[in-house]
Amino acid sequence: MNGVILNSTPITPALVAEHGLKPDEYDRILKLIGREPTLTELGIFSAMWNEHCSYKSSKVHLRNLPTKGPHVIQGPGENAGVIDIGDGLACVFKMESHNHPSYIEPYQGAATGVGGILRDVFTMGARPIACLNALSFGAPGHPKTRHLVAGVVAGIGGYGNSFGVPTVGGSVRFHARYDGNCLVNAMAVGIAKKDKIFYSAASGVGMPIVYLGSKTGRDGIHGASMASAEFGADSEEKRPTVQVGDPFSEKLLLEACLEIMAKGCVIAIQDMGAAGLTSSSTEMGAKGDLGVTLDLDHVPCREEGMSAYEMMLSESQERMLMVLRPEKEQEAEAVFRKWGLDFAVVGETTASKRFIVRHRGETMADLPIKELGSEAPVYHRPFVTLAKPPAIDADTVPAPESIADALETLIDTPDLCSKRWVWEQYDHIIGGNTVQRPGGDAAVVRIENGPKALALTTDVTPRYCEADPFEGGKQAVAECWRNLTAVGSTPLAVTDNLNFGNPERPKIMGQFVGCVRGIAEACKALTFPVVSGNVSLYNETNGKAILPTPSIGGVGVLDDFAKSATLAFKRAGETILLIGETAGWLGQSIYLRDICGREEGAPPPVDLVEERENGDFVRALILDGTASAAHDLSDGGLAVALAEMAMASGIGAALEPAPTDIPAHAHWFGEDQARYLVTVPADKAPAVLARAQAASVPALRIGVTGGEALALPGEHPLHIEALRQRFERWLPDYMAGGV
Amino acid sequence: MNSAVLVFPGINRERDMARTLALTSGRQPTMVWHAERELPAGTDLVVIPGGFSYGDYLRCGAIAARAPIMDAVRAYAANGGLVLGVCNGFQILCEAGLLPGVLMRNENLRFICHDVFLRVERSDTPFTRGYNAGQVIRVPVAHGEGNYIADGETIARLEGEGRVIFRYCSPDGMVDPNWNHNGAINAIAGIASERGNVLGMMPHPENHVEAAIGSTDGRGLFAGLAEALARAA
Repeated sequence: MNGVILNSTPITPALVAEHGLKPDEYDRILKLIGREPTLTELGIFSAMWNEHCSYKSSKVHLRNLPTKGPHVIQGPGENAGVIDIGDGLACVFKMESHNHPSYIEPYQGAATGVGGILRDVFTMGARPIACLNALSFGAPGHPKTRHLVAGVVAGIGGYGNSFGVPTVGGSVRFHARYDGNCLVNAMAVGIAKKDKIFYSAASGVGMPIVYLGSKTGRDGIHGASMASAEFGADSEEKRPTVQVGDPFSEKLLLEACLEIMAKGCVIAIQDMGAAGLTSSSTEMGAKGDLGVTLDLDHVPCREEGMSAYEMMLSESQERMLMVLRPEKEQEAEAVFRKWGLDFAVVGETTASKRFIVRHRGETMADLPIKELGSEAPVYHRPFVTLAKPPAIDADTVPAPESIADALETLIDTPDLCSKRWVWEQYDHIIGGNTVQRPGGDAAVVRIENGPKALALTTDVTPRYCEADPFEGGKQAVAECWRNLTAVGSTPLAVTDNLNFGNPERPKIMGQFVGCVRGIAEACKALTFPVVSGNVSLYNETNGKAILPTPSIGGVGVLDDFAKSATLAFKRAGETILLIGETAGWLGQSIYLRDICGREEGAPPPVDLVEERENGDFVRALILDGTASAAHDLSDGGLAVALAEMAMASGIGAALEPAPTDIPAHAHWFGEDQARYLVTVPADKAPAVLARAQAASVPALRIGVTGGEALALPGEHPLHIEALRQRFERWLPDYMAGGV
Repeated sequence: MNSAVLVFPGINRERDMARTLALTSGRQPTMVWHAERELPAGTDLVVIPGGFSYGDYLRCGAIAARAPIMDAVRAYAANGGLVLGVCNGFQILCEAGLLPGVLMRNENLRFICHDVFLRVERSDTPFTRGYNAGQVIRVPVAHGEGNYIADGETIARLEGEGRVIFRYCSPDGMVDPNWNHNGAINAIAGIASERGNVLGMMPHPENHVEAAIGSTDGRGLFAGLAEALARAA
């Protein structure tokens, strides 16, 4: 697209294909507008009708997710979800992927992912108080992995640290199935007054549409289309489609936006994210039942001679579109000038319901505004549900020579090792409200001066989703709910970030459908509605797809942050209780994969009734001050959870022998769901066990805290300091070029 | 304590600092915009908080050091007024010529956020009277460019004149390369001006003033300042 691009360029089948539109989709355009589109119009359709913006493959399934609840103020469909957290406050949050750009250019791809999700949150009037992320990388031995980890982590830190939001939590995993496509899912959480939420629907005819923020350049053109196709051998050539982030401008944009919102200047606001000016302006008009006319001559440009086509498709960052109260326009402009940001009236709302784009006196596009979104293709893509793998009998899984040695090995693996190297590159304390820092079950962030606080986490176990999408979808939600519970919070709602391969393949579509069904079932059962989300498909390279990875970002609330529990043992001589049923499920376990080298079997089933009962029991123990520490059991099972509690505190523990009805290694490493570890003062243990029995919650006394070692029965003691050194070493060694 | 917190575009710990000043002195500070030319009348402490002024573009602190308000700060400091610069504030003070030396990229070339231990070298300054000399405090750092350096002569002078106020150390107060996370020369974490009225430091005492959020080890700095100023008044 170099040189002069004529709007009257004839639309050839090749040009249509270059825009990622299928022949039948192009026919749909011809039918809709009754003539051949101009080049700018073709660009607009390609931006609006790609997978990323239109959700054309996923829409019919997403409808089954529960999105309503007593505290839901705004579900999916706006910039972010909004929930009521009491005291007149609302929590605004969303998670979004930046997978494709991060693989091509890790620093900028990840940075702009953070920038985009922060904008989604403050666009709604909320000041961001926390960021989280969920990262998936290829096998450590793959030649690109180290470079991607370094770039993505630096990019996330580079943006969030400069913008000034604490990055308080997340997850990092490695698997060969991400060799060709890393996943970067970023979540942002903000707080607003419940009655001061801003939306994107324009209202009123003849209202000025104002462009705010940074200038428009030629970066990111077709970014959303790039993110809607699989990679081939040419992915490196797509670098120019990646945007460049400027956290400094975004910080100014945040302050300026919040200032004019507080002054009552704003009627409607929409950030320019994917598909930039096109998507934001049509959305504001369509949602408000209005037309929009844009005059591109007024768009602040970074480069000279930009065509209408380029301006409409640019994904330059740190830009906003607003409809302002006409009488407050000057006041708003003064605020933006103070912060050194661009401010330009670039169009107006009309009664025509047309989307008209003018440039240099010519009409470059004239399209029906509502149909641009509502008439986008919707696909009922064929899908197959694969037979569930058989459950693995724990007796057939080889026992290790030593449970203690196996545990030492496991905490020194890429997935279970400490991720300190990552989160120490993120400013996780700015704001002065981080009650629980990274490394626990969930982060806890105080709201202003408290005592109210939010608990935040991101979770998914992709190998479970691969083996059984339905159970895997359930488990992702259940683990998120459990992590929020383990810090003592009441889980309120989630945002989902659904990462899959090419939906045109029935097997991949089957994974998607299964996971969404599982998520829906768990969210319903746990009263944990989905209030926002994002779908990322085509995470596939040369026909090899990622593991199905539906990341779940959860928000819980604590009335008093001082009551939150941490996983560290608190003092010697306390009783360790295992809450939940242990059957010794080794199928798809980390033990089976990383010790036995087998990725096999059915994943652990999730009983949602048990999840709720056990979780409610644990939460009550935390909130009434009985439990001194609490920890969710997940990857690596009981032994790994115990090690984590010991390492976080420096206090050891002596454990009782495993029950004789299951193999010892299944007891220590099984990944049965709905389980927690809690510690209670020894004298309170009998009463707690009685309470559990009365509530029909399985609870078992498994040991006592104390000493400087983790002493598993019949095993050599694991000295905590030595264990910690192994836990901390893998990632720094790997990043330094070793391992 | 009438404190003034300077706000440059891109500064992002001004809210943390304002809250801590209010908490420790009982008075809300005045937020002063970079384009102002004068400090509020009656200011008895100027604070330049942390962040990324002007995006750290060009060189961290370089652009902010040339903002209109900095002329007023220079005059104020020349008059003996108390000036505290934290993190980006320290970088700005160095760029503004109010403190010697420069902050380079951390030795490992990465941004680092974690708690560090600081040895308080002197307790006879207005900034450290809330501590004992030799006391070890735990406060967080969050920076990519905190590696302090100056020419040999300057370092010798700083050391000779007792102007190194905070040093990175082990939990038991030993200066040790393993506990000097950013590679600063002589493990320098904070220095004072010749007259002792300007302090620049990389760590964030303002983020450790509550037991529930980290620790209260940072409190001594602000409480000591408030007490010193109350006595002076």
